[in-house]
Amino acid sequence: MSDTPTLELRGISKHFGSVQALSEVDFFVHDGEVMALVGDNGAGKSTVIKCVAGIYTIDGGEVFFEGKPVTIHGPKDAGRLGIEVVYQDLALCDNLDVVQNMYLGREAHDVVYRLREPEMELKTQETLASLSVTTVRSIRQPVATLSGGQRQSVAVARAVMWNSRVVILDEPTAALGVAQTRQVLDLVKRLAEQGLAVVIVSHNLHDIFEVANRITVLRLGRDVGVYDRAKTTQQEIVSAITAGVPTKVAGVAEEVEA
Amino acid sequence: MSTAAPPEVQQVAAEEQGGLGGFLRARFEALRSGDVGSLPVIIGIVAITVFFTVKANIFFTAVNFDNLIPQMAGVTTIAIGVVFVLLIGEIDLSIGFLSGVAGVVVAELQMPGSGHDLPGLIAIALAILAGMVIGGIQGSFVAFLGVPSFVVTLAGLLAWQGVIIKALGTQGVIGIQDKQINDVANYVLAKNVGWILAIVFVVGFAGAAVGGQIKRRRAGLRAGNPILMLIRVVFWCGLAFAVVAVCNHSRGVPFAGLLIVFLTVLGTYVATRTTFGRHVYAVGGNAEAARRAGINVKLIRILVFMISGAMAALGGIIFASRLNSVDLTAGGGTILLDAISAAVIGGTSLFGGRGFVKAALFGGLIIGMISNGVDLVGYSDSTKYITTAVILLSAVTLDTVLRRRQAAAGR
Repeated sequence: MSDTPTLELRGISKHFGSVQALSEVDFFVHDGEVMALVGDNGAGKSTVIKCVAGIYTIDGGEVFFEGKPVTIHGPKDAGRLGIEVVYQDLALCDNLDVVQNMYLGREAHDVVYRLREPEMELKTQETLASLSVTTVRSIRQPVATLSGGQRQSVAVARAVMWNSRVVILDEPTAALGVAQTRQVLDLVKRLAEQGLAVVIVSHNLHDIFEVANRITVLRLGRDVGVYDRAKTTQQEIVSAITAGVPTKVAGVAEEVEA
Repeated sequence: MSTAAPPEVQQVAAEEQGGLGGFLRARFEALRSGDVGSLPVIIGIVAITVFFTVKANIFFTAVNFDNLIPQMAGVTTIAIGVVFVLLIGEIDLSIGFLSGVAGVVVAELQMPGSGHDLPGLIAIALAILAGMVIGGIQGSFVAFLGVPSFVVTLAGLLAWQGVIIKALGTQGVIGIQDKQINDVANYVLAKNVGWILAIVFVVGFAGAAVGGQIKRRRAGLRAGNPILMLIRVVFWCGLAFAVVAVCNHSRGVPFAGLLIVFLTVLGTYVATRTTFGRHVYAVGGNAEAARRAGINVKLIRILVFMISGAMAALGGIIFASRLNSVDLTAGGGTILLDAISAAVIGGTSLFGGRGFVKAALFGGLIIGMISNGVDLVGYSDSTKYITTAVILLSAVTLDTVLRRRQAAAGR
């Protein structure tokens, strides 16, 4: 792993009206690493993700991509940097087939906006094969006919197809059975092996201890700390989630409130 | 993932591997899981044909078929726009009176001695443009302000009816003498021209089918089953020649028939072969997913309502052209419900994301046949209304039930 994180957030803050959702949160992830983001409900996990994805704009703090400061004003900015988010609801169109979903909003087309189907179908095949997603029999079947694990695989494959550098997975195993969870966790590991920076948000510590290299704990909108998977225990993480002491106190640094 | 694949997966696999047997097996499996395809439409057309042929022996004749085409053209054209609106999961109730407004506009613009007696084609273009603008305004309320399309277009329904009454108020009727406008619904193509068009259609259809397969094979993808492709090409081409043959047995192919086939082909192309069409299906399938994928959902919604407005306008022009005039009833009656029924009966889902443009053509044919048959047998309008209502309700019920069944089979 290189010393410069692929994506780094320094002291970011976000408030909605009078509610301080995030204050002074630090977060980083390296290439080839799986970083878990954990915390109780309302800890700010989703807010962090949405700030990175460009859905929310941050009120304070800095974002660095490969060591360079960047500003993310919308999903397009995040996409340009190579940051892709797989949301919990997967954001798939059930009525469209696998290929159509993989290229949703980014269809290959010629000058008069005619779709280039063979090109899209070929690339979809390649991407699914490179991730060893083999359970999907036909990539021309509607996504509605796929199982939960297959749907998750399609959503992840869509995220990595675009030369992405950072892939953020929001609760990827929440709705899955045992076998399908296995399938998705294997996929997550393969992403990191391919050199991507992977962020996984989950409530399931068992899953996290299986795939993550490091774990960032959030509590009440502040980060409690970063733990090395090899040097920590589930008990330590649980106590950090429920009673962890923030590493920083909001309001100490300047320009917290906009 | 469990080892037993869901039936749909096997079905798709079978469709890919198997020859004709595999295809039929796959279709049967699809049928069982609720994907009925165009079966209800085919059954409907056959049943209606048999019923009215028994009741009125003039029904199943070349002359009547030749009359049926201009009769169904207006509703079919409007229904093409409805298909797009239904695909994004919205509804447009203004199309009936919007078509009336277009009829009034075209009649007004061509009126001799009014100071703006424009040539027919220009009047037609301006009327379509007016429909498109109105559709765009209604669509903007839906897209930008989030007002339910049901309410926006219901307001449109009232407003445009008011506009028609106001515009025609004093005289109550405007006659159309312009030849170009009247030709839209009444011109009949010379018999040779009909045959030439059939040949052009066949060559184009077969060329597109074969070309697509060659492109796939060149890209290294598995090409579809050649026998199935041949059957499909032969079916559509046979249909094209049959239609021309029947029409030529009477007066010849009506221009209106050519127009609706052209619009159906164009609409199908836009819906299935362009990024715009793909985005329309995406918005109807999952608008939030489409938005997050970077699709401009608002723009798609507005453009779809503009298409709906334009098609309604063109449909209204066909109605006006057929009567050679517009009067206070323009756009009223059953036009709205007929057009929506046509799209739904043809197999377009009211829930968005599922359906094809050709549904308008087949649904329009069914609606047209009922209307035509009821008139021939001499039943009253009440019968026509009740029959259409029963068929519409059946189609929507079928769609709802099948949708639930597909969802159950899906996961």
